[in-house]
Amino acid sequence: MVNHSDQPCLVPLVQLQNISVRFEGVKALDGVEFSLEAGEIHCLAGENGSGKSTLIKVMTGVYKPTPDGKILVEGEHVDEMTPLEARAVKIGTIWQDLALFPHMTVYENIAITQILGNNPKIVNLKNLRSIAHDALSKLGVDIPLEEKVGSLPISQRQLVAIARALAQDCRVLIMDEANASLTHAETLKLTEIVRRLSERGISIVFVSHRLAEVLEISHRVTVLRDGRLVGVFPTQGMTQSRLSELMTGRTFANQSPRVRRANTEVVLQVVGCSRRGEFDDVCLSLQRGEILGFTGLLGAGRTELALTLFGMKRPDSGKLLLNGKRLRLRSNIEAISSGIAYLSEDRLQLGLVQEQSIASNIVAASLKSAMLGPFLSGRTLADIVSSWVRELKIKIGNAEDAINTLSGGNQQRAAIAKWLATNPQVLILDAPTVGVDVGARASIFRIVANLAKSGMSIIIISDEVPEVYFNCDRVLHFSSGKIKGEYFPQDCTVSDLERAVYG
Amino acid sequence: MIKIGNRAIREILGFLLIYLLLAVVFEILNPGFWSTQIVLSMAVQLPELGLLTLAMFIPIVSGGLNLANTILANICGIVLAWFLVGYAGGEAPLIVVVFACLLALTIGFAFGAAMGTIVAYFGIHPIMVTLSMMIFLQGLGEFITRGGDISGLASNFQFLGYGTVIGVPIPLAVFVAASIICHLFMAKTPLGFTIYMIGSNIRASEFSGLATKRALIWIYAASGVLCAVAGIIMTARFNSVRVGHGESYLLISVLACFLGAVHPFGGFGRVSSVFLAVLILQLVSSGLNGLGANQHLSTALWGALLVLVMILRWALIRLSSSRL
Repeated sequence: MVNHSDQPCLVPLVQLQNISVRFEGVKALDGVEFSLEAGEIHCLAGENGSGKSTLIKVMTGVYKPTPDGKILVEGEHVDEMTPLEARAVKIGTIWQDLALFPHMTVYENIAITQILGNNPKIVNLKNLRSIAHDALSKLGVDIPLEEKVGSLPISQRQLVAIARALAQDCRVLIMDEANASLTHAETLKLTEIVRRLSERGISIVFVSHRLAEVLEISHRVTVLRDGRLVGVFPTQGMTQSRLSELMTGRTFANQSPRVRRANTEVVLQVVGCSRRGEFDDVCLSLQRGEILGFTGLLGAGRTELALTLFGMKRPDSGKLLLNGKRLRLRSNIEAISSGIAYLSEDRLQLGLVQEQSIASNIVAASLKSAMLGPFLSGRTLADIVSSWVRELKIKIGNAEDAINTLSGGNQQRAAIAKWLATNPQVLILDAPTVGVDVGARASIFRIVANLAKSGMSIIIISDEVPEVYFNCDRVLHFSSGKIKGEYFPQDCTVSDLERAVYG
Repeated sequence: MIKIGNRAIREILGFLLIYLLLAVVFEILNPGFWSTQIVLSMAVQLPELGLLTLAMFIPIVSGGLNLANTILANICGIVLAWFLVGYAGGEAPLIVVVFACLLALTIGFAFGAAMGTIVAYFGIHPIMVTLSMMIFLQGLGEFITRGGDISGLASNFQFLGYGTVIGVPIPLAVFVAASIICHLFMAKTPLGFTIYMIGSNIRASEFSGLATKRALIWIYAASGVLCAVAGIIMTARFNSVRVGHGESYLLISVLACFLGAVHPFGGFGRVSSVFLAVLILQLVSSGLNGLGANQHLSTALWGALLVLVMILRWALIRLSSSRL
């Protein structure tokens, strides 16, 4: 086994020097250094938007750094890193979404590069099976080769993705949020496998939110914040809270939980709601002007509950009360007219109609307020648009431009504007900062705080624990469809909550 | 899609320019081409294609198609003729004619709404739904007519095909009125707004609280009503109706939509542009007829000229956007 604390190799396996990446003038990475040694397990830590994914994409040739950056593999300079080149130097990646083909079999998925990569005229199925078999036995796992990948549980799909990387004989394995959707037990098994790979001399780059697990298995951690390198630290002696501080930096030190608020009347009540396989016996209440956080891992049932509150799913049992009155929602149209709004977590596919104009998207949910007889009043619509653009400081050129011409932060503000135009009592924000840069996030939470002050009740759903900790009055922890705990940020630390969620 | 901005005006001006250009070309090639007679003949022929194009336009904007448009027009005409001939013969009181027309419109609405309901609630693609409906209606129509035609309609009904109001042929007046109503419907009502949004992304539209299922039913119901209007006009003009009458309009109506800058996958398109595209199609067709070319050759020329018109339109768009 390679032991890094005692005996570092002379030449790192992969070295990134002075890497900067710009997107339309915005620096996503700014002079970042990274080095990876043979057989090392290296953690890449940082908040959403800190540049972790960008750095991985530079390493794998998806993004090109500015010319002053250098990439070295075994001390040799790589002129231009491309996905093809990355494969040639045996860097393999397991992306967060795994990038598998669900309708193809396990062995086809594992041997896909052999199928396509070498451009063979004829595909030898027997050969492919033995490639897949070898890769899986290296991992020490047993998955039926003929099974369709789509029918496997997520943890096994992950193993298929790892096996695919092994089948390519890679020396570096990058795992992007590989344990995000795994249970604790599954994560332990994955950890075991990662250790075994490391012993075989394969280097692992681990990107993860679950700090505890990452600290346990990795040798070193590189911390990024806002596209800059904070530092490279050995994990021995590193604590979770210290790492959180390094990741969040200044904001963490300056930010404090919201001041304790006095109780107000209850607006929304969920009484014993269940939906098979999604959430189970959920009871909660939301007060006027309160900001309530839902946190927990992906698949914990948070979004499903939110969609139930929004009338797009019906609970199997239990009831909803709005202002003390029973609420029976048959559609989201009824939810909207009773004053419940839901900002989707998937802005690209569900939150906004990307091809249509900024104006159309902003007015989409509030056409009723712009009627003049049987027709829509163009003037009223234009007024709605311009007043919300001004109110939320959305940066636009022409309101008739397609909304996909805006940046993530401005799109999200436009999506919020759409819901504010319906004048809701309860606003549910599902992952409101996904794909929004750091500066714009703060401004979105300022908007949220002001809305709460004006009496709107708000639910924020996020798997970023600090995000709910610092922006909510109360946080509910969801796990496997149940509420596992209730936290008041004034009474606990952010690490308490993180331990509960990731621990 | 709500305000008529600069883009809309530019688009309309582009079409007018193409129209003018073609008008001049035909006059040069065939001096004396522009006469009262040619204008009148165009005015009588164009509304049929125009109405069927509008019936195609609304589903296309929503990201679908209505491949049953010509057959549905036939069926509406057949039921109308069957009723008129059966109950009134050669002479019918006005009230019966009105009732027959309402019957045709109801049939168009009902079959359209049925297609819309299937698209909305069973999630089947409009191509399959409308194609199956086309085959079903074709068989049904042939069964009713026993493969022949129904003719000899009441003269006051034929007036709808030949008559004029203040000098304007009734078919043209109907087409213009239908276009205006269509424009108001698409550009100024919540339903029209929803149709554009659905065409770009139906799930995101649903998440925004737009009534997508209801809209889908209305899209095909409105399309069905327009088919019925086309069917009434066609029956009146030919004083006869049979299954398959005007079949060739099906693909031309799709073409007219695309020529009218409707986005092939939905979400964008203007009634005004489609209206002008229909005028251009008719002008090209009448212009070639006027040249006295062989009938088959003129069909070929028509196709070639359409490609040319589209290239011209592309050039105009390039020109106007490079000036920006």
